[in-house]
Amino acid sequence: MRRTAGLWLLIGLLGYALLPWYMVSGGFWSFGWLFRPEEETRSALVWAASSRPWLWLPLAGFVPAALALGLARAPLALARGLVASGALGLALMAAQGLIILGNGTRFGMMAGETQPGMGAGALVVASALLFLLTTGISGLGRGRGDAFLTGMIGAIVALVGVFVFYPMTFILIRAFELKGGAGLGLSEFLPRFLSPEIWSPACLTGLGNCGAALNSLLLGLATATGTTVLGLAFALIFTRTDFRAKRLLRVLTILPIITPPFVIGLALILLFGRAGTITEFFADAFGWEKTRWLYGFWGVWLAQMLSFTPIAFLVLIGVVEGVSPSMEEASQTLDADRWQTFRLISLPLMRPGLANAFLLGFIESLADFGNPLVLGGNFNVLSTEIYFAIVGTVADPAHAAILSMILLSLTLGAFLAQRRWLGRKNYATVTGKGDSGRNAALNDGLRWACYALALPWAAFTLILYALIVFGSFVKLWGYDHTLTFEHYSRAFGIVLRNGIHFTGSGWDSFFTTLTIAAIAAPLTAAVGLATAYLLVRQKFTGKDAFEFSTMLSFAIPGTVIGVAYVMAFNFPPIELTGTGLILIIVFIFRNMPVGVRGGIAAMSQLDRSLDEASITLGASSATTLRRVILPLMGPAILAALTYAFVRAITSVSAVIFLVSARYNMATSFIVGRVENGEYGIAIAYATVLIFTMLTAILALQLIIGRRRLRRADRIDTQ
Amino acid sequence: MKGSVRFENVTKTFGDVVALKPLSLDIAPGTLVTLLGPSGCGKTTTLRLIAGLESASTGRILIGGEDVTHLSATYRRVSMVFQSYALFPHMTVLENVGYGLSVKGLPRAEIRDRAEAGLETVGLKGFGARLPSELSGGQQQRVAVARAIVLEPEVLLLDEPLSNLDAKLRRHVREEIRQIQQRLGLTAVYVTHDQEEAMAVSDRIIVMRNAEIAQEGSPHDLYDRPANGFIADFIGDANLIEVSVLNSADSTDIALGNRRLTLPLRGASQGPARLVLRPHHLRLAAEPAPDRIPAEVTSAAWLGNSVQYLLSSEMGTLFAITDPRAQAFRRGDTVHLTFDPADLRLVPA
Repeated sequence: MRRTAGLWLLIGLLGYALLPWYMVSGGFWSFGWLFRPEEETRSALVWAASSRPWLWLPLAGFVPAALALGLARAPLALARGLVASGALGLALMAAQGLIILGNGTRFGMMAGETQPGMGAGALVVASALLFLLTTGISGLGRGRGDAFLTGMIGAIVALVGVFVFYPMTFILIRAFELKGGAGLGLSEFLPRFLSPEIWSPACLTGLGNCGAALNSLLLGLATATGTTVLGLAFALIFTRTDFRAKRLLRVLTILPIITPPFVIGLALILLFGRAGTITEFFADAFGWEKTRWLYGFWGVWLAQMLSFTPIAFLVLIGVVEGVSPSMEEASQTLDADRWQTFRLISLPLMRPGLANAFLLGFIESLADFGNPLVLGGNFNVLSTEIYFAIVGTVADPAHAAILSMILLSLTLGAFLAQRRWLGRKNYATVTGKGDSGRNAALNDGLRWACYALALPWAAFTLILYALIVFGSFVKLWGYDHTLTFEHYSRAFGIVLRNGIHFTGSGWDSFFTTLTIAAIAAPLTAAVGLATAYLLVRQKFTGKDAFEFSTMLSFAIPGTVIGVAYVMAFNFPPIELTGTGLILIIVFIFRNMPVGVRGGIAAMSQLDRSLDEASITLGASSATTLRRVILPLMGPAILAALTYAFVRAITSVSAVIFLVSARYNMATSFIVGRVENGEYGIAIAYATVLIFTMLTAILALQLIIGRRRLRRADRIDTQ
Repeated sequence: MKGSVRFENVTKTFGDVVALKPLSLDIAPGTLVTLLGPSGCGKTTTLRLIAGLESASTGRILIGGEDVTHLSATYRRVSMVFQSYALFPHMTVLENVGYGLSVKGLPRAEIRDRAEAGLETVGLKGFGARLPSELSGGQQQRVAVARAIVLEPEVLLLDEPLSNLDAKLRRHVREEIRQIQQRLGLTAVYVTHDQEEAMAVSDRIIVMRNAEIAQEGSPHDLYDRPANGFIADFIGDANLIEVSVLNSADSTDIALGNRRLTLPLRGASQGPARLVLRPHHLRLAAEPAPDRIPAEVTSAAWLGNSVQYLLSSEMGTLFAITDPRAQAFRRGDTVHLTFDPADLRLVPA
């Protein structure tokens, strides 16, 4: 403990005295600041000694630690000193940062002073203080006295606190903001919150449009019901029949993950829009009127069904497989026929899983941004309304905050229901014991019902994707079907003259997207798996709250995160808007829950005694993680990496608020093209993205998968 | 002293659940001590507290005379053999055995030599290049032992090491473990719920029940002088019969129903007590006699090396084991029971 603490104290003091305390222009890693001894690169020490005396505060935080290290002989006294040091230092740092902002101060303190956003020096000092705190906590006997563990917990709690909870508080505060900067109050909040624009039930009685909240709710219920039913049909076909083309069904589950948003919406427009192929066909053949039915509830619902059914399928495969064959065999030996067995045994056992799929569909539908944006028309939903409240002609952050609050309550409600109500009823019948029985096949009626429901849908989905590729090669869909490379050359043109020039309009955003996704993916996987490790393997006070807060960002819709980030990180103490960093951070915390879940699943299958064996053999927790757990978690790491990478590429809802001219992302580029009606380029770009992601997935499989192969070879040769 | 283990009023609670009531124990260096008890009695918790895999809620733990209460498992000089063996599936046998040495940062050549020596100790020389999955259960078990002993721990902990082996192999492996322990002079703490296993390997047995120590002593002590009915029944089966002690001086008079018996025991306290009657101390005869107790055979099982009877008598249901060469009885037969008062023990009611 003494050595670890001494090291962090030293690092903290060096960071305080030497590194630039504030953000430097051009970014820290450019190191341009080394050669510019200007004002902006001063360290906290220099600032404190010259014109910003409040920067002595962080230094004060190191005092108890230094005293304890110098004077305390008893480990317990040292630990207390470290805890005091970390807590005091972090509190002082936060206080000075939150009070003295870029354009003045809060609460009338230190009036007239300003400071820019914190930078590298502040980050190092804060980390040092945090780890002094966690080292001290381990010294008090928590976390089995393991400083590595308490440090890991502390780091994750701090990250989630700063990048999930801190921005969310801004939504709460801004929602109560009065016009003209007159402070906070309920006088404007209540009428806006209760406005018919949000809650009107007019569409139910046929008297106009419903409010956005009601629309979102109805859409969410419809999508959740539809995807659960279809997903179950697919899952039953996949696991309980001898259907031949099961591999094809598997492909279907990957498609929505690698599909950029809007693509399905665009494809639907090309088919069913006013100039769509099918619309034209029926108009020509039967003289049906060309309508705009697609732009509204039904269009969005159809697009969401296409987008989210595979997710329900994926969830329900596990659920259906989770029904123990011996239960069904028991039922059959008790003379139940296959239909009775399904209805009385299998289906009730699947009920929690079905409810889970339903809630997942509900949350996905509410959080969906791309489909309503493209197909919504006059059908307003919360996620798009939030967007327009921020980027519309009249920016209204308070309105966006109120809408975000409502959307967040709906998704959080579903999330809480899922945990509260399903957490207790776990019927998972898969145990560690080998279950050698066979699951009962479906009876004929049910099987044909599943086929009738699912197979046309699968065909429809595949046709849609084929059309997307085809659509990227035609001049102007619906009007001029000449084949052309024009869209590709405009977006991804390359000129070879004195070297390679990427002249296409899409290259910039394409490279930015790949770079940021490539940086975010390993970080996401690391944070997710580290969290999973703590949740599965360690016991500590407040673990439930810890788990809840890390899974929370799953229930926060992207648009809400985006708005919250814009509100929180647009000014000091943490000023990140316009940087690439904020995009990386948003991806990490948006996608972390999936890494956590995957990690939990994988780690639960590793017997705990493996870690314990390693630890009793003298390995530290860090060594155990590196040499025992990680090597055994190959597939889970691969899945987390792939998912994080792909999601970073296809994500749009949060990103669209955070992109800047310098860091434009592929999806927001596509949004721009869609808004300009340049569907050809949008689809061509999306096609390129789909193939890029497929390549990336395969490459990752090859790289990480190879190690497992070698092991298998070794087994075979001996 | 090196290799000793000492608990001073150690407790462990998980939330509201008390896993260990204040527990004090001393384990002498170089001995094999068994923690024996039914599941949930706290024996595994005690073992994990020694290992440092759990931290004590209160009290002090000393290993080799040094306070390790707040020392993490990594730094304690103990190693553990797990019930599931916990061999690392992605490492070869040699890598598994050398793991503890390699995380210490020893030179490769030394790791290899010592790991191979460890494998030789457990009789698995030449198996180093295999993966654990290519070994039988008994071999995996021995790899786990080798992995634990190459670190030359002060204390070797074994958590139900035989429970995943089949019955025949169990006896063989437990002898091997005992031999290795004695040859290396290791202190070993052995957890099991199998009293026969405990009797066979231990220098001393600590019987636990309901999160505390029920009795400790040598196997012989526990069998011969059980402190209570639980121990009497748990160590080697017993019929427990309600009696009352009439008086006790150089010998003890007891009332068993309306019979009077005199036992060659000293210093029993007067009042209700329970008589410990071992199943194989009961003798069955066909003919009645005044001091014989009549009983009816309710079931009889012939096991080859013994015959086991359930008998219904005025003392309640009795369990008896007899030699197969003795006269055999069948269900429904009336038999007449005798026993030697010198074999009887009294435990508190």
